[in-house]
Amino acid sequence: MDRRSFLKTSLVVGGTALTSNNTQAQEKHDPDEFVGILVDTTRCIGCRACEVACAQVHDLYVADVINDGALAKERKTSETQWTVVNKFETEKGDVFVKRQCMHCYQAACATACPTEAMKQMEGGPVIWRGNKCIGCRFCMVSCPFDMPKFEYNEWNPKLQKCTMCFERLEVGQKPACVEACPTDALMFGSRMKNLEVARHRIYSHPDEYVHHIYGEHEVGGTGYIYLSAVPFEQIGFRTDLGKSPYPEYTKEFLYAVPMILFGVPAFLLGLNTLTGDSKPTTQGEFSSDFEGEDDEY
Amino acid sequence: MMNTSATPIRTFGEFFPFLIEELKPRGPWLTPFNVISIPVILTGLVILVYRFMHGLGSVTNLSQDTPWGLWMGFDVITGVALAGGAYVITFVVYVMKVEKYHSIVRATVLNGLLAYTFYGGALLIDLGRPWNGPNPYIGNSFGFSSVLFLICWHFLLYMVAEFIEFSPVIAEWLHLEKARKFLKSLTLVTVVLGITLSILHQSGLGALFLMAKPKIHPLWWSPFIPILFFVSSIYAGLAMIIVEGTISHKVFRKLIEPKSHHSFDEMIFGLAKGAAIVMFVYYFFKALLFIHDKQWAMINDGWGYWYLLEVIGFVLIPALMFAFGFKHRSLNIIKIAAVMALLGIVLNRLNVSVISFNWYADVRYFPSWQEIVVTLMVIFAELWVFRWFVTRMPVLTAKH
Repeated sequence: MDRRSFLKTSLVVGGTALTSNNTQAQEKHDPDEFVGILVDTTRCIGCRACEVACAQVHDLYVADVINDGALAKERKTSETQWTVVNKFETEKGDVFVKRQCMHCYQAACATACPTEAMKQMEGGPVIWRGNKCIGCRFCMVSCPFDMPKFEYNEWNPKLQKCTMCFERLEVGQKPACVEACPTDALMFGSRMKNLEVARHRIYSHPDEYVHHIYGEHEVGGTGYIYLSAVPFEQIGFRTDLGKSPYPEYTKEFLYAVPMILFGVPAFLLGLNTLTGDSKPTTQGEFSSDFEGEDDEY
Repeated sequence: MMNTSATPIRTFGEFFPFLIEELKPRGPWLTPFNVISIPVILTGLVILVYRFMHGLGSVTNLSQDTPWGLWMGFDVITGVALAGGAYVITFVVYVMKVEKYHSIVRATVLNGLLAYTFYGGALLIDLGRPWNGPNPYIGNSFGFSSVLFLICWHFLLYMVAEFIEFSPVIAEWLHLEKARKFLKSLTLVTVVLGITLSILHQSGLGALFLMAKPKIHPLWWSPFIPILFFVSSIYAGLAMIIVEGTISHKVFRKLIEPKSHHSFDEMIFGLAKGAAIVMFVYYFFKALLFIHDKQWAMINDGWGYWYLLEVIGFVLIPALMFAFGFKHRSLNIIKIAAVMALLGIVLNRLNVSVISFNWYADVRYFPSWQEIVVTLMVIFAELWVFRWFVTRMPVLTAKH
C-alpha cells in the first residue's frame, strides 16, 4: 500500500494525461450502472437457440443446430460464432454452458488496444470499432478468456466477438440471445440485480448450486455472471485467473512512465555535467568524426 | 537546410544526379551474399503480395490461440532488443564521455536506426489493418492506457532521434559543412531523449505481456518482465556490437584504417567486461525471481529443462565466458560468448512472446516457411541498406 500511495503521489506530481485518464476510467465504474447477463447453467437445455439468434442478428454463420451434432465436442467461439453452447458430462448429469465474451468491468482488451478500437461503452458492453482498429491483435494476447477472434483469411480482417448486442440495447431491446432463450437460463439486467437474483437462487436452493457466482469477482468482475450445479472447472471455466482486474497488471508500469520520461533525462544531463568537459586524452586517435568539433555542446 | 550551405551541392538540381549516382550499385554482383539474399527478398515480396490479398492466415500459421508468431516475436520483439546497442553506446560515449568507443558510434547508431526502421516495417506487415496504422498518431483515438500505444509512439520518436543522431554523417556525405555542425549540436539532446525512450520501450515490450499472465508459462511470466527485458537489452546491445563489429571489420576491411583494427580489439575487451557484468546482474534477477516464486516444482519437466537451457546455457555460461575472455584476453572466447548471448536473447524473447504463450494449447505453433522467408527478407533488406550506407557514407571510415 505504501508503494501504491507513493506511486499515486508521484503521479500527481508528474501529472500527465497518459495516466490520469487511466485512473478516471477506474473510478467511474459503478456496479449499479452496469448491465450484464446472468447465465444459470442449471436451466440451460442446450437447444442453442441463442447461437442461432446471435448469428441471425449479427449476420454471422447460422448453425444447423438440429443436425450438426456440434455438442459432441467442446467448441470455442470463433470468428464466425460469437457464442457457443458446450455440453459437459458431470456427476450431476449433462450440463450445458453458453460461452461468449464476458464483458469484463475493466476489460483487458480495451486497456490493451492502442487505438480504443476495443472500447467499453457506457453501461458495460465492450465493443469493437473497425474504423479504429489497426489489427495488432494485442487484445487477443491480453484477454484472459481468449474471446476476441481474428479473421485470418480476410484481406480486410475484423475482430469478432460478442457485443452484448450493444446496438439493440441502445434502442431499448434486450440482447438477442436473452430474447431467444426458451428456459430463462439467460437473464438480462443491471449487474446489481443479476447478482441479487443469483444469490437468491443459491440461498433458496442451496443443494442445487455450488456457492460461487462465476464472474462476481473473477478478473475484477464481469458483465456475464454464471451459476452452476457443479464446480466451475468441471464445465470449462478457468478458475486460476485471479480477482484482480487485468488492467492492474500494467498500471504500475504506466505510472512509472512519466517518472522515467522526466527523471531519466534529468539524471543523464546531470551525469553528463558531472563528468566534466575535460578533453579526452585519446582524442584524435580514433575519433574521425570528432575533428574540429571542440565547440559541440 | 540543404540550400543554406555554400558547399558543392547547392541546389536540388545538383542533388538528384548525385543521389542517382550514389544509388547505382558498386562492386561485384555475384557475391555469396547477393546470391542468397536476392532470391529470398524477391520470394518474400511475392509472399507479401499474397498476404495482403488473402489475409494473414494464407501465409502464416497464426491462429486464434497464437495471435503473435514469428513476425511479432522475432522481427519486432527480439529485433528491438538486439538493436539496443545504439542507446548503450551513445550513453557511454556522449553521456559518460568515454572516448574509447567513439569510433563505433556511427555504425552502431546506423544499425539502430535501420533496425527500428525495418522492424517497424515488419510490424506493419503483421498488422491486420495497416491502413489504420496512423490511428495511434493522428489523435482521434489515443489508447492512453495501452502499453502498445506507448510503444508505437516510442518507436516513432526513437527513429527520429536516431535519425538526427546519424544525420551529421549524411551531411558529411553531401559535403554540407554548416548543416553538419548544426545537426551535430543536436546530438546530446537526441542522445538523452533516445536513451530515455529506449529504457521505456525496451521495458515496454516486456510490459506487453503483463496482462497475458494466465497464458504464459509461470517460469517466464513475472511482474518484473519489463525490468528483465530492459536489463537484458543492455547486454544484447553490447553483444550485438561485438558480433556486428567483428563482421563489419571483416567484410568492410578495406574501408577501415589499419590503426582502428587494433583499437577495435581493445574495444571488444571493454564491451565484454560490460556485458559480463550486466549478464551476471540479469542472471541474479532471474535466480531471485525463481527462488522467490518457489518455482522448484516446475523445473522437472520439458518446460523446466527448456528454462534451464535458456538461463544457464545462454545466460550464465556466456557471462562466465565473457569474464574469462576478458581476464585472459581471448578474443575468440568473447566472440563465441557474444553469439551465445544473442541466441539467449532470441530464446528468451521467443519463449515469452511465442513459445510459452498458451503453453497448454493442444496445437503448438510453428512458423510456416513463408513466415521464415519474410523474416529473412527483413534481415537481408536491412543488411542491403546497411551496406549501401557504409559504402557511400563515412560510417566506418575517416572523412573522405
